[in-house]
Amino acid sequence: MAAQQLDPNESKYAASARNFRDNVKRDLGNQELRENFRGAMDYLVDKRKNAFPDGDELETLREQCKLIKQRCLLKLPHLLEQLEENLQANGIHVHWAETITDANDIIAQLIAAKNGKSVVKGKSMVSEETALNDYLEARDIECLESDMGEYIVQLAHQHPSHIIMPAIHQNKKQVADLFADNIDGFAHTTDVDALIGEGRRVLREKFCQADVGITGVNFAVAETGTLCLVENEGNGRMCTTVPDLHIAITGIEKVVEFLDDVPPLLSLLTRSATGQIISTYFNMISHPRQSGEKDGPEEVHLVLLDNGRSQAFADEELRQTLQCIRCGACMNHCPVYTRIGGHAYGTVYPGPIGKIVSPHMLGLEATNNLPTASSMCGACGEVCPVKIPIPKLLQRLRVESVKAKHNGEPVMKGEGSGRKSIEAAIWQVWSIMHKYAFIYKTSMWFATRLRKLMPNKIGVWTSVRTAPKLAPQTLHEKVQARQNQQQYKQLQGGK
Amino acid sequence: MSTLNTQHLRNYPQKPQQVYLYGTCLADSLFPDSGIDAIEFLEQQGVEVIYPQGQTCCGQPAYNSGYQDEAKAVALAQVAQFPLDIPIVIISGSCGGMMRHHYPDLLKGEPGITQFCDRIFEFTEFLVHVLKIKLDDKGEPEKIALHTSCAARREMGVHITGRSLISQLENVELITHDYESECCGFGGTFSVKHGDISGAMVKDKSENLVNADVVRYISADWGCMMNINGALEYQKNSLRGEHIASYLLKRTQHNKKQRGE
Repeated sequence: MAAQQLDPNESKYAASARNFRDNVKRDLGNQELRENFRGAMDYLVDKRKNAFPDGDELETLREQCKLIKQRCLLKLPHLLEQLEENLQANGIHVHWAETITDANDIIAQLIAAKNGKSVVKGKSMVSEETALNDYLEARDIECLESDMGEYIVQLAHQHPSHIIMPAIHQNKKQVADLFADNIDGFAHTTDVDALIGEGRRVLREKFCQADVGITGVNFAVAETGTLCLVENEGNGRMCTTVPDLHIAITGIEKVVEFLDDVPPLLSLLTRSATGQIISTYFNMISHPRQSGEKDGPEEVHLVLLDNGRSQAFADEELRQTLQCIRCGACMNHCPVYTRIGGHAYGTVYPGPIGKIVSPHMLGLEATNNLPTASSMCGACGEVCPVKIPIPKLLQRLRVESVKAKHNGEPVMKGEGSGRKSIEAAIWQVWSIMHKYAFIYKTSMWFATRLRKLMPNKIGVWTSVRTAPKLAPQTLHEKVQARQNQQQYKQLQGGK
Repeated sequence: MSTLNTQHLRNYPQKPQQVYLYGTCLADSLFPDSGIDAIEFLEQQGVEVIYPQGQTCCGQPAYNSGYQDEAKAVALAQVAQFPLDIPIVIISGSCGGMMRHHYPDLLKGEPGITQFCDRIFEFTEFLVHVLKIKLDDKGEPEKIALHTSCAARREMGVHITGRSLISQLENVELITHDYESECCGFGGTFSVKHGDISGAMVKDKSENLVNADVVRYISADWGCMMNINGALEYQKNSLRGEHIASYLLKRTQHNKKQRGE
């Protein structure tokens, strides 16, 4: 485990997550960025709303899909074995990776065995998690992102700012400038269709030259040994059919038990993500090219990554984190994400889901700022297609973060690392003061009498607001006075 | 909202003769008049109100900060203050959400917790569903906005009741402001721990309320209003939020002078 912590790729995200507060300052101050996010999120929120005209149907589907994912997670170890067995029977090789380094090593070896020099990638957040591009480029393997958003992000030397819309932080003018700087012969335009046409032209050539296609997986069906891939641009199909070697990489939580589990999940996924009734492409990969077939890869491999997922799995409550089908609806609806954007989080997965999944990948020490950076408004939990109680899990992570040292088996890597003795002491005093009403009432009596001495500047609160003003008398006192008055009246009336 | 969101479905009791009022710590020290107004309004509906002097805070600040034991001690002390089997009416959606939906976890295994949580009603929820109140608007025509706290909206599912009460006031026009369902950015300790983000959120919320061009906005949560009113005052804007208890009392009260009192 120590070796994993020293891994340069992991520490890259851990370091940027630790910088959360500085990242937030930087991005909140970037007006163009904020407008890009607000506009895009409003658009996606609207699209989702229109895709679910029937609230009862939505609730029924959410409940159904939650139960599907919970069933699959309860049987996870068994289903993973079944998946491996059925994939192998179909001629697809299966590899297990505990850490991101393991995953990258496996992929590099598979490429080396084929003497591969160039890779085209479909969109895969798990490969972002392992920082695969950096890893392969350091080994002189060209790695080209073929999803339009990912391609833009790669040209700009950035990371995805959204799990579904990787380049959502850029507007069309910024993309046009980026293309002008990077693509020879690009005739400058801000017409979106023309921009996408230009990108596609560049990518089309690369598909034909690439030795290897790498993609993610949305659902891995244990029953049939099938890898399902949801996409809109056809690049996923190109990556999985043109090169001779197809490597798919995904997290262990993506396994579903039955083929019948897929349709409801797919229907919720696309509608929650982009408001589409179904995506433009839906690929089901069940084997490599068979004799007599004209296309398809000669070899297909699946890399199953853990990277902290089994830590979440081990705890009944935290396990719900793994229900996620990566639709991005939680970030689209999050008032924090909408303002700070995706890069401020510093993690691969931003937004509410990023806050609950990243601590398992990077440890709580590096990610302590994430669970607290929520007003607990609940918008994420309200839209989550598989009903992950995100606010509840954030609250739980806050508990794990400030937990006092104990001798038992730790629940999470980095638990207790957010505990500050002064803050703990404040809450202990607060608790005693509010447990015993006489202490509370006496304190409040004094506070309200001394209200003129209250500071009118209280830290960051008063940088955009005035300080709250204590009342001359507490409600406790006012109620008492009112009762006394009523009793007095009754007595007088009785005379 | 879907009717299948079962978390928000509950059986409501008959109109009781007595209720408890939970005033909340914010109203206690900062906005006590709204507590008195709530008591007066409930009494006008023929309900006797008991305000236990031993109540302090629901424990939410410590709970949300991850200090479970500290929150639990305070929560248990609250439960002990409300022994009678009568409704507990809370003039805040977020404290209501804490006591109704988080106490079962926090106080798991403590005797009588389920029954206690079942007795928790947010103020507007109680008026609409238990008292089945009919309001008689006596006020001047005006335009207002409504801010529903996230806890009231998503935990308690009572954003509808505030709206339905306002709709009973025939001289009041309710204006929908932009991003009405979006959080104001308060979030308790969040507003201090992540002041920059919270500040950006309340700036947007106050702007949206100002743009609604209303004379006041109404809310059933002092946490949000302390945040938004503070931002409005900082911006030197005259728009203010008013607690729905005070507003309903004011709108429905007979003019005392006319009655010759």
